[in-house]
Amino acid sequence: MFRYILRRLLQMVLAFFGTTLIVYALMFAGQGDPIQALAGERPVTAAQRAYLTEKYHLDATGVGGFFYRYFDYIRSLLQGDLGQSLTGRKIGEILQQAWPVTVKLALIALAVAVIFGVTAGVIAGIRRAGIFDNSTLVLTLLVLGIPTIVLAPLAQFFLGVKWQLFPPTAGAEPDFYALLLPGIVLGSLSLATALRLTRTSVAENLRSDYVRTARSKGLLKRRIVSVHVLRNSLIPVVTFLGVELGNLMSGAIITEGVFNIPGVGFNLFRGIRTEDGPLVVGIVSVLVVVYLVSNLVVDVLYAVLDPRIRYE
Amino acid sequence: MSDFETVAATENQAARRGPSGEPGTPNQVGPNKPRSLAGDAWRDLRRKPIFWIALLLVVIVTLMAIFPSLFTGSDPKDCALDRQNQGPSGGAIFGFGFQGCDTYARAVYGTRASLLVGALSALITGVIALAVGLLAGYFGGWADAVLSRVIDIVLGIPLLLAAIVLLKRIGTDNPNFRLGAVVLVLAVLGWTTAARVVRSSVITAKEQDYVAAARMLGAGHLRIMLRHILPNALAPAIVVLTIALGSFIAAEATLSFLGIGLSQETISWGQDIDTGRVHMRESSTPLLVPSTFLALTVLAFIMLGDAIRDAFDPKLR
Repeated sequence: MFRYILRRLLQMVLAFFGTTLIVYALMFAGQGDPIQALAGERPVTAAQRAYLTEKYHLDATGVGGFFYRYFDYIRSLLQGDLGQSLTGRKIGEILQQAWPVTVKLALIALAVAVIFGVTAGVIAGIRRAGIFDNSTLVLTLLVLGIPTIVLAPLAQFFLGVKWQLFPPTAGAEPDFYALLLPGIVLGSLSLATALRLTRTSVAENLRSDYVRTARSKGLLKRRIVSVHVLRNSLIPVVTFLGVELGNLMSGAIITEGVFNIPGVGFNLFRGIRTEDGPLVVGIVSVLVVVYLVSNLVVDVLYAVLDPRIRYE
Repeated sequence: MSDFETVAATENQAARRGPSGEPGTPNQVGPNKPRSLAGDAWRDLRRKPIFWIALLLVVIVTLMAIFPSLFTGSDPKDCALDRQNQGPSGGAIFGFGFQGCDTYARAVYGTRASLLVGALSALITGVIALAVGLLAGYFGGWADAVLSRVIDIVLGIPLLLAAIVLLKRIGTDNPNFRLGAVVLVLAVLGWTTAARVVRSSVITAKEQDYVAAARMLGAGHLRIMLRHILPNALAPAIVVLTIALGSFIAAEATLSFLGIGLSQETISWGQDIDTGRVHMRESSTPLLVPSTFLALTVLAFIMLGDAIRDAFDPKLR
């Protein structure tokens, strides 16, 4: 177990440095004027220029200078200092306001995926090749195939604007009801994947030897499914949902942008639109860390739940 | 568009040939001969309506990308503000958008950029995946260890976030340059799944007797890899790449939707969906038409790959 965790940790450290180096090199390397590159087509004021030069030590030159600046960036990233956006607000502060909303949205999406995806998946797995199974397979394929940039605006248009079942946008202080539709849209993809995963897993376990033994002992089918099968089948689903939580927090760019939810993804969306380079790079760095850490936690959790993983 | 056609053509061959078939294996099955895996798969596929629907959609979309003028007579770049959000009329069956452009014509002409990005990315992805998968699977040992760790690391990078950072760097608005950049970014970030599939089929194939026989006859590594192992890895790779093609199209549209994908000058569904979304309260067809085109195209490729994979999976029978 210890060796496994160590190996995953080393891998994560590599991935962390790899990704941040790419993010950082792309920000500054090989451009005539890195500050202008950061700002895109917007004019840069003298004050912003001085701030950025000082913050990123742009007066030092050469490869040594690049790595000096890179490690400086890593240090401030680890200390939680993300610098300022071009509008002068602290990026850390922006994120602090945005996190609760994003977490709330991700939890709603996850709840949708668990309640509907896992339940339907178990039923489909038990009644394999039946009508319910076949229709959920087609339905999940549809959901998996329709990109979020189609699903989100269409849901907003039909359910929000045309039939007015939900508020079409969330606004500054969104309540649960306002976050419900975006949560369902965001969770639909995880719902489809969770459903398919549960279905395959349940169907496979139902054919295993221990289920046959349980059946020959005369146990009720309900007990076999709920105690014997579910326990084993849900291991991959639980780990998938853990990875998904990390994904949902970093992957809500489109959904938050479309529904005007003031979360992390929305700020990134706005940063891209307004060509606010420091904001984009700051948020992306944090999201990459969140993504990597959640992947690590889930992998370790998987090894705890299923001893077979550790010895591969 | 020839790249896309090659993919589609090889795919049809693969559907008939099967993952274990050597090129040149006769695939005619007589009435008394036992049926091959490929024969079974083809019989299975033929009876699936989803497969035919997907194939039909793929053919239509490909035709639309190559000859857009077959499907619409009007010019997608002929926009006049006095026609803003006008309803359907003789030439324009879905009316006009916010900028006064023919909504349907724009959706038709947007097919080309989407398919081009999807096919080119899938092609490059395929080349990288085959090379990495072959090397890692065939040689094993430290080559496998190093390449597998590289796969792990690239797989750990969230695609959308990395693509945002990479594409934000590109200053120019030259349409071809931006299209190439989107293709490269998607390919560089998206080859890992296919590489894993190739690697595992290479590992299975290299244990076969005919590979040992070839080695005993004195065949070199390169010959064994290309003539004996590659054909086995090709069919599963093509199935994965078909699905990947669909998701690359979706990813391109997402990036264009965010405004960092294709150039403003290129007609693309992602940008049109974004414009349509902003003005949906005034008129909804400029949102609905490109959305439908995008969803159907992505679905077609994913359904096609899914159907072929299911047909080749003996466990599902």
